Amino acid sequence: MEPVVHLRAAVALLGRFPALAGIDLDVARGEIVLLRGPNGAGKTTVLRACAGLVPVVRGEAVVLGHDLRRDPRPVRRHVGLLGHATGLFDDLTVADNVRFWGRACGADPGDIAAAMALVGLDGRLRDVSVGRLSAGQRRRTSLACLLARRPELWLLDEPHAGLDHETRDQLDGLIGRAVEQGATVLIASHELDRAESLAHRVVELAGGMTVAPARPAPGVPPAELPVSPTQEREASSASPSPAPPEVSHVA
Amino acid sequence: MWRDAALVAGRDLRVELRSRVTTNQVAPFSVLVLILFAFALDPDRQLLERLASGLYWTAVLFAALLAISRSAAIDETDGVRDALRLSGIDPAGVFVGKAAAVAVVLLGLEVLLGVGVVVLYGVDLAGAGLVVLAALAATVAVAATGTLYGALVSGLRVRETLLPLLLLPVLAPVLIGATRAFEAALAGVPADGWPWCGLLAGLAVLYTVAGALAYGTLLEGS
Repeated sequence: MEPVVHLRAAVALLGRFPALAGIDLDVARGEIVLLRGPNGAGKTTVLRACAGLVPVVRGEAVVLGHDLRRDPRPVRRHVGLLGHATGLFDDLTVADNVRFWGRACGADPGDIAAAMALVGLDGRLRDVSVGRLSAGQRRRTSLACLLARRPELWLLDEPHAGLDHETRDQLDGLIGRAVEQGATVLIASHELDRAESLAHRVVELAGGMTVAPARPAPGVPPAELPVSPTQEREASSASPSPAPPEVSHVA
Repeated sequence: MWRDAALVAGRDLRVELRSRVTTNQVAPFSVLVLILFAFALDPDRQLLERLASGLYWTAVLFAALLAISRSAAIDETDGVRDALRLSGIDPAGVFVGKAAAVAVVLLGLEVLLGVGVVVLYGVDLAGAGLVVLAALAATVAVAATGTLYGALVSGLRVRETLLPLLLLPVLAPVLIGATRAFEAALAGVPADGWPWCGLLAGLAVLYTVAGALAYGTLLEGS
């Protein structure tokens, strides 16, 4: 099966600075993959490149069957990016914001209302201006915008940041449910305990490169993982299959 | 494209309505400009009447700079541009929507300033048809150009000061055309004003088409 995300020696520039210096990454449909690494490792840039927001200038970059090097625009409608910036308008209410972004993505009113209900914004908060919300409530509004567009690929940058425990659990539940419905999730996070418990695989990045191959997240038996195309190829060419690799250190 | 334009125009107007920046700051500012002109030229009442058209459109342009700055700022905050790119909205629709919202705000300000000119400068209204059409064409031209240049300077640290510097020379033909058309209408010789009105209509079409074509590139590049 074609991978949802296929990056091979992908190089991406931020201005003249090579933010990704040769990333290899394959993500299969229904997988939750955690991108791990120090600040400046390129985690956010990988997510933005997969969303078609950062141009990939060398290597292979195919997301949801669209070649990002040829034209990144067709993929954008099918991904949902939850980043540090919320993309919300402070002067508009929560309902106005979710309705605007939902309608912009072609969502029908039912999907928009359902998205708000899923993150608990259908009550008192719906008519509050976003400028008056706490950071966690803004994050939930952003999440509702993402849910309304029903993306095939979820790109979550530090998704648990600023959320209380209850909302974090709620978010994890939503991610799990999306994956059950066929979505694929790529997470960049520093909150490793929580993110690792959610992820099927962990990929280590440093200096804009993949420094350790994907390994199963702690507590996830390899047999339960969706099989990525790379793993399929590796399995067919090598036997017996090697033990999950340790994460290497970066010189 | 039209659906996207209506969506974006509705959003921008709602933001203006909720923030009340236009009613609480831009409108008082533009009236203040008219009053300052009146103070400066008051000893010569005839001169004030004769210059009313030019002073009116100068005040409109100053107010337009603020309205355009506001409109550009809506899409500059907190990842809105990225969200727009991800949404799949037609960039031409974004441009038309934003320009339409600016035009609506400007039309409101023009009515207010029109009342101000009549009250403060003692101008007698005449040639209503020409005044209305010239004002509409000039407003579309100003809104389209402003929206395009607002996107051009977005993301730059010096955008607030750079925008007027770039925009005002481009809007000079609009200022000249609108002033001449108004002068002709108020002087009771509308026939002299229609060619200027035609020029304004041409500029409006030119700037709108150029903006709709270029906005996608600007959105990607910002």
